[in-house]
Amino acid sequence: MVSVKTQGNNIICTLEGVLSGTTPLDIPSVLRNKKIQLVGSNIESWNTDFVVLLFNALKHFPKDNISYSQLPQGMEQLLRLAFQTPPQEKEISRAKLPFLERVGEVGINFFHCVKKGCTFIRECLVSWGRQLCGSAVYRSKDFWMILADCGPQSILIVSLISFMVGLILAFVGAIQLKTFGAQIYVASLVTIGMTRIMGAIMTGVIMAGRTGASYAATIGTMQVNEELDALQTMGISRTDFLVLPRMNALLLSMPILILLADFMGILGGCFVCVLFWDIPLSEYIKYTTNSFYLNNFLVGVFHGIVFGLIIAWCGCYFGVHCGRNADSVGAATTKAVVYSIVWMIVTTGILTVICQWLGV
Amino acid sequence: MKEKFIIRAENLSIGYEDRVIMKDLSFEVPQGDIFIIMGGSGCGKSTLLRTLTGLIPAHAGQIWIRGTDFINGSRQEKSEVMKHSGILYQSGALFSSMTLAENVALPLQQYTSHSPDKISQIVSFKLALVGLAGYEDYYPSEISGGMRKRAGLARALALDPEMVYFDEPSAGLDPVSSKNLDDLILEINKTLGTTIIVVTHELSSIFAIGKNSIFLDKTIKTISAKGNPSDLLKNPPNEQVYEFLTRGESYEKGTK
Repeated sequence: MVSVKTQGNNIICTLEGVLSGTTPLDIPSVLRNKKIQLVGSNIESWNTDFVVLLFNALKHFPKDNISYSQLPQGMEQLLRLAFQTPPQEKEISRAKLPFLERVGEVGINFFHCVKKGCTFIRECLVSWGRQLCGSAVYRSKDFWMILADCGPQSILIVSLISFMVGLILAFVGAIQLKTFGAQIYVASLVTIGMTRIMGAIMTGVIMAGRTGASYAATIGTMQVNEELDALQTMGISRTDFLVLPRMNALLLSMPILILLADFMGILGGCFVCVLFWDIPLSEYIKYTTNSFYLNNFLVGVFHGIVFGLIIAWCGCYFGVHCGRNADSVGAATTKAVVYSIVWMIVTTGILTVICQWLGV
Repeated sequence: MKEKFIIRAENLSIGYEDRVIMKDLSFEVPQGDIFIIMGGSGCGKSTLLRTLTGLIPAHAGQIWIRGTDFINGSRQEKSEVMKHSGILYQSGALFSSMTLAENVALPLQQYTSHSPDKISQIVSFKLALVGLAGYEDYYPSEISGGMRKRAGLARALALDPEMVYFDEPSAGLDPVSSKNLDDLILEINKTLGTTIIVVTHELSSIFAIGKNSIFLDKTIKTISAKGNPSDLLKNPPNEQVYEFLTRGESYEKGTK
């Protein structure tokens, strides 16, 4: 039981009997300027739940205004320990901002983000220029390792996904075309679809998830380990040293992977047509050959090159601008993948309109 | 005046973006000194180091390093200053995709026109200097934390810098490795005459190697003491310095 008595400027708080977290305790915080004396009288038992309760009731009292008398030794020590550091005067405000301020903040952050992104792209292009002049510094060993990772080591997954996409395209297309008795045109559908855009998009998505994420995680971890600081203080451009080999590796491997994706997609379509729709192989090849247009293929490859740039920029940008803890690396990786895919889709829309306008 | 001191800071304010962490910092680092920047956790020691190495801009004030205006100087001038500086980061900051030899060789490839053979010889010598002879082909992940720091030091010494900055050299090291690193710092200072600037709050290191020091006080956001750490302990100028140098002993009790 706890009884509180006020005597002039002093409060006597008497603790007795069994004291636990459920003991009723009411010390109004308006009394905080008074001196309080905690008096232990016939305390049978107590536990830390009660000390927590008491601490929270007294936390607004200045440490010097609290005195202890006949309290159990452990209880007094715990309270003294808890009160030894004054509470932080200025608490961090985590209150939700008003709607307009939040909108303003988002706008300002977006502006800063765009500005940083443009600066980064400019740095990359300048670095590329330096490379053409032969003055960019990066290790060829790094370039070959990165190229091996985003080229040959991506072949299996690109082949598998593209084969499945071709297969799905053929299945879905054939079901619809069969209603007109035109299922033989599935070969044309798959060929045009894969070479024009699907091959590039699927390769882009795979590479964003695989390589873009890896770029962001690698460079982000380097940021956490102060390796980027070390580069900067050594006077080595991080764009030359880290971004350029990654950009070059993707630019080189994307067209080849797209070629592979196109082929595997057409193969997937062939698999469905020959096995499930009883279209002779020779017919499928004939229609495929007839529907294969070089301009479609080149448009697909061009998309791939642009996607390569987007993936490399997003991966490296979020890696370089990563924070200095493990959470930031995770966030950078996620952002790299999400932004790569979003920008790829936006770019595809823009390029499609441009191609339409140019009549390609 | 400028020739005597390798670093001179005047009324320096440091921080991140709009947040000022320390202000009115004025100090000088004599050539060939072992200079300690000390203070409690979160007081701005590493921020000061990052400002001195050009990683973040100063809010206000002046820094002269080797007589060069490090705040307003051109990029080329700053680069020239950094060429004469080495830095050992808290984690070693070795590039994980490179062997120790490749890590140490990097600044040599960047700033010198030595042949690969000559670079290889220098790398072996620098690694031997820090007690890592024979570890040329190891990757950072294959060696211990203490060895990583020593390899980082070998890289920092690659270009025979006039000064080397150390960011918390003892952090994460056992007492023996920490002492060995302190001995190595003393050796380098003695034999090569390199100016050493150490950011630390490790008392044993401070007293073992420090010739001069500044104490950054979080409460007043500036330097509250300067001088030899042992002298500061004998004649503490204020409560914070005394408590820091005695691991929290009461100032009143201790000075009576």
